[in-house]
Amino acid sequence: MKRIGVFVCHCGSNIAGTVDIERVVEAARAMPNVVYVEDNKYTCSEPGQEAIKQAIKEHNLNRVVVAACSPRMHETTFRRAVAGAGLNPYLLEIANIREHCSWVHPDKEGGTPKAIDLVRRAVIKVAGNVPLDRGRIPVTKRALVIGGGIAGIQAALDIADAGHEVVLLEREPSIGGRMAQLDKTFPTLDCSACILTPKMVEAANHPNITLMTYCEVEKVDGFIGNFSVTLRKKARYVDMDTCTGCGICWGKCPGKASSEFEVGLAKRTAIYVPFPQAVPNKPVIDRENCFFFKTGRCKICQRFCPTGAIDFEQEDELVTEEFGAIVVATGFDIMDKDVYGEYGYGQYPDVITSLEFERLVNASGPTEGKVKRPSDGKIPQRVVFIQCVGSRDENKGVPYCSRICCMYTAKHAILVHEKIPGAQTYIFYIDVRAGGKNYEEFYKRAQSEHEAQYIRGRVAKIYPKGDSLVVVGEDTLLGEKVEIEADLVVLATAVLARQDAGEVARTLGISYDGYGFFTEAHAKLAPVETNTAGIFLAGMCQGPKDIPDTVAQASGAAAKVAALLSKEVLETEPLVAQCDEVKCSGCFWCKPICPYKAIEEKEIEERVGRRTVKRKVASVNTGVCKGCGACTVACRTGAMNLLGYTNDQLLSEVEALCL
Amino acid sequence: MMRYAYFPGCSLHSTAADYDRSARAVCGRLGIELAEIPDWNCCGASSAHMTDERLALALPARNLAAAEKEGLDVVAPCAACFNRLKITWHEVRHGEAAKLLADLGIEYTGRSGVKSLLEVIARDYGAEKLAGQVVRSLEGLKVACYYGCLLVRPQEIMDFDDVENPTVMDGLMEALGAEPVPWSHKTECCGASLALSRSDLVASLVGRILAAAKEAGADALVTACPLCQANLDMRQREAARAAGEDFNLPVYYFTDLVGLALGLGPAELDLGKKMVDAVGPLRARELA
Repeated sequence: MKRIGVFVCHCGSNIAGTVDIERVVEAARAMPNVVYVEDNKYTCSEPGQEAIKQAIKEHNLNRVVVAACSPRMHETTFRRAVAGAGLNPYLLEIANIREHCSWVHPDKEGGTPKAIDLVRRAVIKVAGNVPLDRGRIPVTKRALVIGGGIAGIQAALDIADAGHEVVLLEREPSIGGRMAQLDKTFPTLDCSACILTPKMVEAANHPNITLMTYCEVEKVDGFIGNFSVTLRKKARYVDMDTCTGCGICWGKCPGKASSEFEVGLAKRTAIYVPFPQAVPNKPVIDRENCFFFKTGRCKICQRFCPTGAIDFEQEDELVTEEFGAIVVATGFDIMDKDVYGEYGYGQYPDVITSLEFERLVNASGPTEGKVKRPSDGKIPQRVVFIQCVGSRDENKGVPYCSRICCMYTAKHAILVHEKIPGAQTYIFYIDVRAGGKNYEEFYKRAQSEHEAQYIRGRVAKIYPKGDSLVVVGEDTLLGEKVEIEADLVVLATAVLARQDAGEVARTLGISYDGYGFFTEAHAKLAPVETNTAGIFLAGMCQGPKDIPDTVAQASGAAAKVAALLSKEVLETEPLVAQCDEVKCSGCFWCKPICPYKAIEEKEIEERVGRRTVKRKVASVNTGVCKGCGACTVACRTGAMNLLGYTNDQLLSEVEALCL
Repeated sequence: MMRYAYFPGCSLHSTAADYDRSARAVCGRLGIELAEIPDWNCCGASSAHMTDERLALALPARNLAAAEKEGLDVVAPCAACFNRLKITWHEVRHGEAAKLLADLGIEYTGRSGVKSLLEVIARDYGAEKLAGQVVRSLEGLKVACYYGCLLVRPQEIMDFDDVENPTVMDGLMEALGAEPVPWSHKTECCGASLALSRSDLVASLVGRILAAAKEAGADALVTACPLCQANLDMRQREAARAAGEDFNLPVYYFTDLVGLALGLGPAELDLGKKMVDAVGPLRARELA
């Protein structure tokens, strides 16, 4: 016997203003199975909730309908209230008579009948509700952090400090990422390496952190609390245990290649550590440029290695490890400068990118910190910076703002002025975006103390004249064309998602936007979570941001991971898909449609007449299923049902509203 | 056999008759048949689209409709004609122009496309295939390829090449053995539309282009437009006076150099009509 109680909320005048509550209450009394109706000024208030509990006990209610605001607001509140009175929390249904009704109707004439309809819908649906129970899954108390830049390092350290084991994975030979390549950092001008390397060392020495460099994620299975990740340990050709990092091998190596760390401005050897403060400070052999791998002869490194650590026989190794949570911190790429043919990058050696400038101005860089231009090593006296090369350019680049360029360009102008006496800097900009703490002051300082000349406008082209470059642009404030002769031109090229971000996202089962940045679960209220439970985001892989924001987000992600790993078991939402194996024909149309990879193939045995036959049916992994319902729509036989929203229930709601 | 409907445009029948000869000679040698559109009319460049939108579409469309009847793509050697014809094609294919034209009694569906002569030779025929036909390599000749503004812009309609740094002509010149110099003023405006009203401005614009070509070390300029050629060639003395330096750069149509490499002589290519001596420098290099 179903005994339904209906609770109609006034929400002050929010609902009562355009809905005649009395009429709704009257109408509800006449609805099937309804045995009790009550209205309340604020149902979500303490007394309001208490009234529900009271009524459940007094009137022996076994189903509850609350006609109030959107279930997104207070469904949890009312579920708890219902549970407090001893009812299963899923025997509650919300009729949204505020957002869907009172707020969009101008008067009671329109609002009241609509509210009655919505209440009837909820009454009919709740009659079909059955008690549902939350599932419980165990948690592997270990985290994987993918990417060893500042975001990954910070997340790993915070998780490790909370007492959990962390594997910090990096695909390059050393951790450090982009921040290791930078010279000074805005707005304080402290040296990037000086503040980063202590964290790198701390990560390497932390008892809870296992560093895995030169490794990549190959495959991810499982779900929150129970990820099973296959990692590819790329062959280093150097035994990590015996190598002492003495450096003899890279001193002797005859193989040469362009240094990735120095953005091509310097050479490195074939056996190499990317930069002097590398962690671990142990080399790898780059197969492509190693004489032995190219010609079969050489092995000089092996001959000179005092500990016999060189091993040309090494091969890539696949290992599978278990994790409870994953932090993705894979960083960013920089736009290909070739897109702007008119700026002559590649054609004119003195047109460089900002990242190249970072290396030029860095004491450990190819010029030992002296700003020399690449063409002839001259110290430039006139330096032009062009902002928004690719950013905010819908025609050739990306429409978004890269967020860091305004500030680092101001920093570059300051550094030029400090390092080269009498040098003049010019900065072409669209807008100066200096929204961070102390950023505006920093930008003003570049202008006032360091005499950077800001020109509002875009550059049309750059061409050589003698041994200098002519930068042709427009000053949109003066409405005039400007031509500036420069010795060096620095392009602030756009921040892009990693080229292989899509592939990474597919491997992890997380979503990404049109630009390739990984998508957070909610733009404001869940900025570190992904839509896949147990996988979190930190740093530029989620969108352009500066170092302070990256570190903050990394710590946020770490806090989420720590909270997750501190639980022994996880409760899962019972509103998941369920497969009726009798009806399932095993077509598996549901499988590719599932965005969470929650549907697996399962073999069952069935008796057909006298024989026992084996056949495959769909099976839902309730730990992974998010209850989106896509499979229920795809299912041709109606075998898939979303618990709490079964096909029959939905149909009865439609009938309640339309018939 | 490649066959196209040929739209010479007013220039190639008058001031740029030498381009017409050169184009026909080269196409003849390459086996590209140019079937001149019967009873063609002016494309309306500059004047029509500045006065009346319907006229701007109707004038080129009439020519395109005639070519479509024959089932041929249209080839235009002049950049301005190409521009107007291609825009009309685009408006018919992607816009509402077909209906507007139908009201005027012009039936054109956009099935027949529009190409510039440069595209036909460099891409449809192919620079690589052309390289195999070269009998007289232009080795040592440094050329600055000048595309002008109309050939590549607006990018989304012309869909021709990179709008700031086009390279198709450079590739073609390389195929002939010449050395295209990298330079800065490939698509700067030469001031063609001001040729009569503000010749002082034209002289200064032309001067910049010539100076940049010279700076880049070019021996000559190559164009794909009769108006660019006329401006760069005819105004050279004025530009030199304004700039205070002597340029003395011959300005060729790209077909001139293709023809030379294919073994055609200066007379067949009508090279004698240029203002800055175009034959002498070739003789000096034993290319003519």
